[in-house]
Amino acid sequence: MSSATTTQSGYAAAPALADVLPPVRQRGRVMTFVRRNPTIVLGGTLLLVMVLIAILAPYLGTVDPTALAPAKRTREPSAQYWFGTDMLGRDVYSRVIYGARISLIVGFAVAAVASILGTFIGLVSGFIRGADAIMMRVMDGLMSIPSILLAIALMALTRASVQNVVIAISVAEFPRVSRLIRGVVLSLREQPFVEAAVASGTRLPMIIVKHILPNTLAPLMVNATFICASAMIIEASLSFIGAGTPPIIPSWGNIMAEGRALWQVKPYIVFFPAIFLCITVLSVNLLGDGLRDALDPRLAKRL
Amino acid sequence: MTSERPLLEVNGLKKHFPIFGGILGQETAKVYAVDGVSFTIDRGETLSLVGESGCGKSTVGKSILRLYPVTDGEVYLAGDRIDNLPAGRLRPLRRRVQVVFQDPFSSLNPRMKVRDILAEPLINFGIVRGGRALTERVELLMDKVQLPRDAIGRFPHEFSGGQRQRIGIARALAPGADLIICDEAVSALDVSVKAQIINLLVDLQDEFGMALLFISHDLAIVEHLTHRVAVMYLGKIVELADRRTLFAKSHHPYTRALLSAVPVPDPTAKRQRIILTGDVPSPINPPSGCRFHTRCPFVFDRCRVEEPLLRSVGEGHVSACHLDHVPGGQVVPMAG
Repeated sequence: MSSATTTQSGYAAAPALADVLPPVRQRGRVMTFVRRNPTIVLGGTLLLVMVLIAILAPYLGTVDPTALAPAKRTREPSAQYWFGTDMLGRDVYSRVIYGARISLIVGFAVAAVASILGTFIGLVSGFIRGADAIMMRVMDGLMSIPSILLAIALMALTRASVQNVVIAISVAEFPRVSRLIRGVVLSLREQPFVEAAVASGTRLPMIIVKHILPNTLAPLMVNATFICASAMIIEASLSFIGAGTPPIIPSWGNIMAEGRALWQVKPYIVFFPAIFLCITVLSVNLLGDGLRDALDPRLAKRL
Repeated sequence: MTSERPLLEVNGLKKHFPIFGGILGQETAKVYAVDGVSFTIDRGETLSLVGESGCGKSTVGKSILRLYPVTDGEVYLAGDRIDNLPAGRLRPLRRRVQVVFQDPFSSLNPRMKVRDILAEPLINFGIVRGGRALTERVELLMDKVQLPRDAIGRFPHEFSGGQRQRIGIARALAPGADLIICDEAVSALDVSVKAQIINLLVDLQDEFGMALLFISHDLAIVEHLTHRVAVMYLGKIVELADRRTLFAKSHHPYTRALLSAVPVPDPTAKRQRIILTGDVPSPINPPSGCRFHTRCPFVFDRCRVEEPLLRSVGEGHVSACHLDHVPGGQVVPMAG
């Protein structure tokens, strides 16, 4: 093709130039990230602190959180008992610190289990038309029951243990994930890049692994953080009404449940675990909000 | 494989999309997207498929690619029937027919680097195994489409629209296909970039000798690179001729209307515009008789009841219009 030919219809065939310049390299630095995503940084830092507290619980000046000391019941917070002692003389500080383990384990485990299960169901629904109608009606059914009621019902059927709490909350939470993934899959599979991959001879399993799953990751991560926060609240609620983790394990819900009877005279027993639960859930939600803003271009409005 | 047969033969291709409705989700209607389309493409030839949006031209391309099953008709690639191949045996076909899509933004996976995008067909078709040879092959492809080699590790979002379209073309070139379907491949680009990409396609065709099925709504673009042109209206081809004949001596009123809409760079040029009124009728419920009769400026009684068939009106020139067979019917002056 000759260069610079003008034709009857008016399109000048210019020689290839401007379009061939090297592509623009994106700048990415830590400070830019912090400035652009303050919520991710704040939420992530708070959550990291909570995780460190949970991991390092034995080294943070704690004593055995289950050790009874009937002679030292219901002590006010002091230099020796930072958060005071409960009605059985156990150190509330140690119990709250160890309780972080249960909350975080349940939160992360439910987020992981619900995400994996939901992704699988969502993929199957998105790709198999026949299965879609049936599975989505089942998901509708599960979602029509408030998740905390469903979790209580499931816990009533089983023995109280951390594992069962995780399963019960996951069952209550995964239909939402499957809905989300199904929608994403349905829109992705019509995308030209998926059609191009099909035309390039890529078979279905590789289409899913290379083209569908990586593009579901962003909404999945955002959703997982919100499920994590919700799971921690449900876990605390279950423990509070005695349907959650067994009473011998210190969890924030258990501590609050035991402190409830003394609420009017010794409010600190309820107060400290509640503060920790608030901060943890807040940090996870902040992280989720930040991730959504950063990963979802439709919602991110920054210059 | 017979060398006398054209590279691609499409006979009476139909693609109807069912519409599901009602409480039970039963089929309530059909979209007659492509309703009996026939054409051939020779090796190394460019055939353009033009028409308004919604006339089914992209559906023709995707049917040939077997991105969905065809409703009826036959498609032969170098003499081998491909429209009824079972899904498991499509790979040899995929290697020989490739595609470049319209939108350079959605046609590349945002989470894959250029290397991986271009390596995918190479690995799938077993052209190279991997490692050094793969990188070399990918770099060679990037040279062919005039992309800088150091862009190999970049993600699609780091490129401009024209550069992304080059990546798409390189991906289509990778398996060494006999036929590349360009589905509105330049429609989303700026005029100057459009010209560059068209030049690139023409250069690549000279070099590799593949045939192109160039799907476009823009006759001005088509004029630059095509050998023959097929004009589609509402799921059917209404006129097919070589470029020179179609642009100079078109028969069908719809083709003339399209041609008269092509902008002319000379502001003083006198032109007779044929302005079509109304919209394209719905392909769910196409008009009786000639599908163009609702908008045709030369409509007469016969058009409303009898469907005109594609008939030869010159060498390699077919047209589907009753006027072609009325004495003195070709009275309409040519536009601009």
